[in-house]
Amino acid sequence: MLTVERNRPMASSISPIKDNSIYTVRNFNLWYGADHALNDICMDIPTNKVTAIIGPSGCGKSTYIKALNRMVELVPSVKMTGSIDYNGQNIFNPKFKVEELRTSVGMVFQKPNPFPKSIYENVVYGPKIHGIKKKQILDEVVEKSLKGAALWDEVKDRLHENAFGLSGGQQQRLCIARCLAIEPDVILMDEPTSALDPISTLKVEELVQSLKKEYSIVIVTHNMQQAARISDNTAFFLNGEVIEYNKTDQIFSNPTDKRTEDYITGRFG
Amino acid sequence: MNLVDKQLVKNKMGMRLIRNKLIKQLFLMATLFAIIILGTLLYRIFTQGIGYLDWEFFLSFASRFPEEAGIKAAIIGSLWLMAITAPISLILGVGTAIFLEEYASKNKWTRFIQMNISNLAGVPSIVFGLLGLTVFVRLLEMGRSIIAGGLTMSLLILPIIVVASQEAIRSVPNDQYEASFAMGATKWQTIRRVVLPAAIPGILTGGILALSRAIGETAPLLMIGALTFIAYLPENIWSGFTVMPIQIFNWTSRPQEEFHYVAAAGIIVLLVMLLIMNSIAVFIRNKFSKRY
Repeated sequence: MLTVERNRPMASSISPIKDNSIYTVRNFNLWYGADHALNDICMDIPTNKVTAIIGPSGCGKSTYIKALNRMVELVPSVKMTGSIDYNGQNIFNPKFKVEELRTSVGMVFQKPNPFPKSIYENVVYGPKIHGIKKKQILDEVVEKSLKGAALWDEVKDRLHENAFGLSGGQQQRLCIARCLAIEPDVILMDEPTSALDPISTLKVEELVQSLKKEYSIVIVTHNMQQAARISDNTAFFLNGEVIEYNKTDQIFSNPTDKRTEDYITGRFG
Repeated sequence: MNLVDKQLVKNKMGMRLIRNKLIKQLFLMATLFAIIILGTLLYRIFTQGIGYLDWEFFLSFASRFPEEAGIKAAIIGSLWLMAITAPISLILGVGTAIFLEEYASKNKWTRFIQMNISNLAGVPSIVFGLLGLTVFVRLLEMGRSIIAGGLTMSLLILPIIVVASQEAIRSVPNDQYEASFAMGATKWQTIRRVVLPAAIPGILTGGILALSRAIGETAPLLMIGALTFIAYLPENIWSGFTVMPIQIFNWTSRPQEEFHYVAAAGIIVLLVMLLIMNSIAVFIRNKFSKRY
């Protein structure tokens, strides 16, 4: 009886801490066609913390955070059940506007994807589509966002040059700045450093640390050391399920599930 | 035991290398054949036509006398035709492409429409002429006017523009859409601010190439009854008209030999016009195309 309990603990930890949650996810299932990609996810995301999601390739981590801002709907043949509440509102409610959700939930992608425009135009893209036209405000947004993304000093003299002239790491920080420019509450990061060199990775990681004072951050990562370094809470995903979700130091020092232990000690994945 | 017989490999080596060289010569000859034919054609046209090519030629109307014949009415006619064809075919073509790529759900109906658009691009131009004659000239009673000709030409190049625009839109990487949508942009904002700016070089290139096809087309306009001999300029879109290829066709079918030289001069003008349009297309493609 006890061994069974130990090998298959409840997907118990809906939330590792009793704290304000910005997201409440309950019994969330997602299929790509017939492929059951996410299975009964129950997972809260706390406000102003860094939540890391780890797990082997194809376990549904990216799918999960793309569901949080409904970007996953861009994939045709996607089907979902269950609920995701953002600030107490169900994001799948037909009355809930997806554009509004994505305005307060920014996203940074795996591969830096700046627009083929100037650095300035990249940052003001978000404010502009939301109807902010005043040059003076836009200028301030650019400075604040680029400073927020620790890129200002490197690019302040060439704001009107094409963003494609930046290095990969700078492009990724530009994408973070572009995301900050709409002043979101949550930032979703989908393996933001997997295409970057170690030094750029370090800069992005430092950035995440400084951003969590103002933003709730969810970061998907392949890199377990990264999760251990920068996150407050960590969720381990496997085959579309949350195996374990707990405080990061707890997960890495004393995992309750055998599979989590196997994964973080590098026995598979 | 060796499965590969080294001696055999050695024996065959010489033959393989010779064949390799022969094939290269064969393809070179295929290319040269085309170039030589083109060169001969250009040489013949220039030697025949250059003598008749002067300012008078551009400023005169058609005439019974070869020395007085000019291409003025045809050039202006072609320009009028383009003024109708270009906006109509571009607006309808790009609109269709955007709808098919961005809005239409991918089901068997859109696949059916897609297939038919591609097929339309291969329909002989005379068939479009027949359609123009039936619908625009007779049914809508537009007569043998510029508007009827322009609409017919628009139909002719519409499929080409749709296909080229679709290709251009499809070449915009997915991560650009994601970046825009993830910031709360609507579909239209994404299309207008991200997709179209990136696709415009491809769309314009395809559009200009399609228009240069329209400017050289004769058959559909003969079908709808464009004039072959006029001594006035069109006044509005309801006027009768002629265009350069028809004028050239008319000259070449005259019995007097001098008119063949006039025709050659007309061909030079048409070729130069096409060359300019194609150069603009190449320029746009090289200058504005975005690399990701």
